[in-house]
Amino acid sequence: MASAVIRQAPAVETTPWLRLLPPATRFSFRGPAAAQAAAGTAFGLALPTAPCRAAMQTGRAALWLGPDEQLLMAPADDFAPLKGALETALKGLPHSLVDVSHRQGGLELRGPNAAWLLAAGCPLDLDASSFPVGMCTRTVFAKADIVLWRTAAESFHVEVWRSFTAYLVGMLQVVARELPK
Amino acid sequence: MNGWRTDGGGRIDRSRPLRFTFDGRAFTGIEGDTLASALLANGVHLLGRSFKYHRPRGLLGAGSEEPNALVRVVRDRSRATPNLRATQVELYDGLVAESQNRWPSLGFDVSAVNDLLSPLFPAGFYYKTFMWPPRAWHAFYEPIIRAAAGLGRAPEGPDPDRYAQRFAHCDVLIVGAGAAGLAAAHAAAATGARVMLCDEQPEFGGALLSEPSARIGGAPAASWVAATRAALAARPNVTLLPRTTAFGYFPHNLIGLSERLTDHLATPAAGGPRERLWQVRAREVVLATGAIERPLVFPGNDRPGVMLASAARTYLNRYGVRVGSRVVVVAGSDAGYAAALDLQAAGVEIAALADVRSAAGDAAAAAAHEAKIPVSLRATVLGTAGRLRVSSVQLGEVTAAGEVQGAATVKCDAVLMSGGYTPTVHLFSQSRGSLAWNAERNVFVPDKPAERTHAAGACRGIDALGAALADGAAAGTAAAAAAGFQGSTPRFEASALEFGSAGEPGALAQPGPTPPAKAFVDFQNDVTTNDLALAAREGFRSIEHIKRYTTTGMATDQGKTSGMNALGVVAEGFERPIPEVGLTTFRMPFTPVTFGLFAGYARGDLFDPVRTTPTHDWARGHGAVFEDVGLWKRARYFPKTGEDMHAAVARECRAVRTSCGLFDASTLGKIEVVGPDAVTFMNRLYVNNWSTLAVGRSRYGILLRDDGFVYDDGVVARLADDRFHVTTTTGGAARVLGMMEDYLQTEWPDLNVWLTSTTEQWAVIAVQGPRAREVITPLVSGIDLSATALPHMGVAWGRIGDAPLLLFRVSFTGELGFELNVPADYGRAVWEAVYSAGRARDITPYGTEAMHVLRAEKGYIIVGQETDGTATPDDVGLSWAIGKTKPDFVGKRSLERPAMKAAGRKQLVGLLTADPDVVLDEGAQLVESAGQKVPMRMIGHVTSAYASTAMGRSIALAMLAGGRARIGETLYVPMPGGDIAVKVTAPVFYDPEGGRLNG
Repeated sequence: MASAVIRQAPAVETTPWLRLLPPATRFSFRGPAAAQAAAGTAFGLALPTAPCRAAMQTGRAALWLGPDEQLLMAPADDFAPLKGALETALKGLPHSLVDVSHRQGGLELRGPNAAWLLAAGCPLDLDASSFPVGMCTRTVFAKADIVLWRTAAESFHVEVWRSFTAYLVGMLQVVARELPK
Repeated sequence: MNGWRTDGGGRIDRSRPLRFTFDGRAFTGIEGDTLASALLANGVHLLGRSFKYHRPRGLLGAGSEEPNALVRVVRDRSRATPNLRATQVELYDGLVAESQNRWPSLGFDVSAVNDLLSPLFPAGFYYKTFMWPPRAWHAFYEPIIRAAAGLGRAPEGPDPDRYAQRFAHCDVLIVGAGAAGLAAAHAAAATGARVMLCDEQPEFGGALLSEPSARIGGAPAASWVAATRAALAARPNVTLLPRTTAFGYFPHNLIGLSERLTDHLATPAAGGPRERLWQVRAREVVLATGAIERPLVFPGNDRPGVMLASAARTYLNRYGVRVGSRVVVVAGSDAGYAAALDLQAAGVEIAALADVRSAAGDAAAAAAHEAKIPVSLRATVLGTAGRLRVSSVQLGEVTAAGEVQGAATVKCDAVLMSGGYTPTVHLFSQSRGSLAWNAERNVFVPDKPAERTHAAGACRGIDALGAALADGAAAGTAAAAAAGFQGSTPRFEASALEFGSAGEPGALAQPGPTPPAKAFVDFQNDVTTNDLALAAREGFRSIEHIKRYTTTGMATDQGKTSGMNALGVVAEGFERPIPEVGLTTFRMPFTPVTFGLFAGYARGDLFDPVRTTPTHDWARGHGAVFEDVGLWKRARYFPKTGEDMHAAVARECRAVRTSCGLFDASTLGKIEVVGPDAVTFMNRLYVNNWSTLAVGRSRYGILLRDDGFVYDDGVVARLADDRFHVTTTTGGAARVLGMMEDYLQTEWPDLNVWLTSTTEQWAVIAVQGPRAREVITPLVSGIDLSATALPHMGVAWGRIGDAPLLLFRVSFTGELGFELNVPADYGRAVWEAVYSAGRARDITPYGTEAMHVLRAEKGYIIVGQETDGTATPDDVGLSWAIGKTKPDFVGKRSLERPAMKAAGRKQLVGLLTADPDVVLDEGAQLVESAGQKVPMRMIGHVTSAYASTAMGRSIALAMLAGGRARIGETLYVPMPGGDIAVKVTAPVFYDPEGGRLNG
């Protein structure tokens, strides 16, 4: 039965403004400055030190979620080599590296109405002056916890725990009905 | 056309007639009308019955201040909105409206007898009348009060409309789009600040819409309003919100707005939201909420046809409606003169202008003289007449000595009251800003803001047009500057026919100490001068107490027209100045808000998140019946055709005991505890000794609260020296992680350990039963599944197909069992692979119900079922789990308290009914002997009870006082059908030696 086991993420109906991002490698990385520096070297991308900012480079991204917390994201196929590299680099340094690749999924919300759609359930100020490109934070959309990351002026990357995906998408679709046709 | 509508003028479109009905009678109105103006144009002044006395009532005002004309607007049985102010209901073609609080009809209302019986209903009557005898409360008083209480009728069907919600942020939020608000928006928007401007009315302009004489910048005010609005709308930094009421001012400049989107439309577009809640976080707020004219307080001032002078002007100038043909104006303010002049110019006869002051302002007096309006000074009103509409007013005169003499009875069909203007400080007061007494105008105005609030225009007593525009512009500039946007303050040239607007709150002079008829202060709550005087006589001194005792200023009206007059009456009674009496706090909402607005999107499928596991669709496809566990949907049982729950659960249990069952345990909470201090952290938190747990092994862990009672439990695996995989109950996942973080961050911040929720990382597939190993062996690679290599509670990493596998050898059934943890995206495929592989061995998917039975047969507790927050580990037979050599853990010291070790504590036991077919009720009580009478001494209670297939009879678990010492005794469960005899046993019914675990 070697190859019968296939991956299956929660289904999301694609619309012009919403799509499910492909599976990815995700690590919740926790640790003080020394571990962050070592992890950044192994990750190939210095982990951001500015609060609520993301660093991104060639398919890899590090999102600052707390003084000692980063969400590391990479292509799905990078999982094993990246895990090995991080563990090697972090040997002897106090830290926590936990695989959360399947805990959550990524959604891309894009278009001129992206921020408007999010403002129906997210209490943060999503104006570019307050939430610029490159900003990321843990927040809520209605009753779902999300990580919100602005990747472009009209594009947001939303991380949501898998069992909340249907709720989040269902809410966004109801809100989208208010858009002018 | 009848004589009430003017031939031209107003902001209505006479080419577009609209049909509507009121109490079944058909009428015609005009596009631009409100229900109120359309009814007045048809000569209808009787619109409702008052709340307490059922007195006939007409329109007092023309806007949101209206206390009387509350109507029900009906679209269908589910869309029938009660208690709408007719003055705010925009007319549409086909509108159906009904009056309220009357039976059988508005013209003849049986309950109007309350008015004659009113001596029985003084202020606070419900505190007095219904006190004795005590027994009469339930039988008599309460049912009657409940039947009479409340106003309006709720719709009969569920609300079919949609409601939207939205968060917004801006630099400057301006509430009110009258002269001051528009000037503020103009000024603030020019700085580049993000500006939001809202107004409760469909049209911006506020009082300017009723002032045809006003000119701004050399053009009619209406043109200025239109141009300003258009310029604002064209700016990307401005959001304009008409039909939007700022109903609440919450901390940190959070303002609640209610935007009405479809109520004004004859045929709303299907599917669109009816209303939208805006939660606006504004850096600065400008309140330009205007002012409300006060009624005058005299006997019979509530008769239909008696209304505010400002309302009569609005009906005339904005809606082209004359409120009467022969009108008496009672002026306590120069503003009444403006109404007299406007109405006279429109062909209305001014029968009298009774000025209650000794002199009017010069301009007003001169204008009245020139217009030949008959003015009398030092006037008062002694009463009015007319059954359903005023027909005459009895004027009086106050002599220089202060005596009141009768003067004349004047026939009329409308009476206009002008008591001076009260600044609308509701929102400012809601924000906890302090108010200051303006002695010149006899009003309270905003003083020190508690938030970043600016007041502008009439709401702070500046209501001359030019001054209000300048004040608004200055406030707009100042608010923008405070938000970091600099700009210059625009100037406006303005002119208008304006007289003073100050007056004096309180009641008009009367011949005796109490007026001969009711003089209303609060029209909506039916509070009269007599009620306030009574409260004062009975010793109430605080205005807050008087408010509650008399109900003045309460409920949806919030004292818009009554607040200052009530203060004036009370102050006069106490012979103290008004500012010493003080003011009550205004409550939100400013005007009523629908429940739908707050519910918003949270209805139906989106009421709460519905969490499903990776195997959910498979289970649904296989006929699973689901149950809610927290937000999760869990498969409860999998009935086959023709099976009820009992049969399905029996079959599922049998499969697990004899062959193999398949169970989705994915919802169990999972927390990864990682770091060099992970074992120290676990030792301090859980009762168990984790130092002795080897890597690759797991252990049943118990977590107590600091009071020593069981909080959560679950299997904990050690994946590495510095890494624990902790499982929690399904419902406990979030709170256990919260408790862990709490201890870590506040008690032990020195520990190098971090917590990560992995609940959703893993799909957990339990394969349980004597043939479980046979089923999974062909699928699993990289793990030796033999009993010696992977004993009970062993944990190992391997693969299943392409998926990584973290395999636990654990059992919550008492059988040989495995739990396959695979990354969640693989969950569905692994589940199906195991199911296919097990078909030959009759693998049976089972649900939470069978799981409960199987664990109860083994005496395994469920936290929250056997425990209730007052059980120690020993109470539920788990003291073996406690690490006895540990110096401390959460709850340890509490366990040393004598009460926690006392004899007679409830302990976990098993129960077997004498009749094996009887399944006890969970929650039933245990007593020592049969045939007891209530009250009995209860010595325990049933926590779990099931029909057990494995035992061939019913079983139960119970918490019983001193239970372990009572094993073998017979006790009784008293039930409505008689006592049920039970034998106390050990809590483990099935395989007490545990041999099957080690298969």
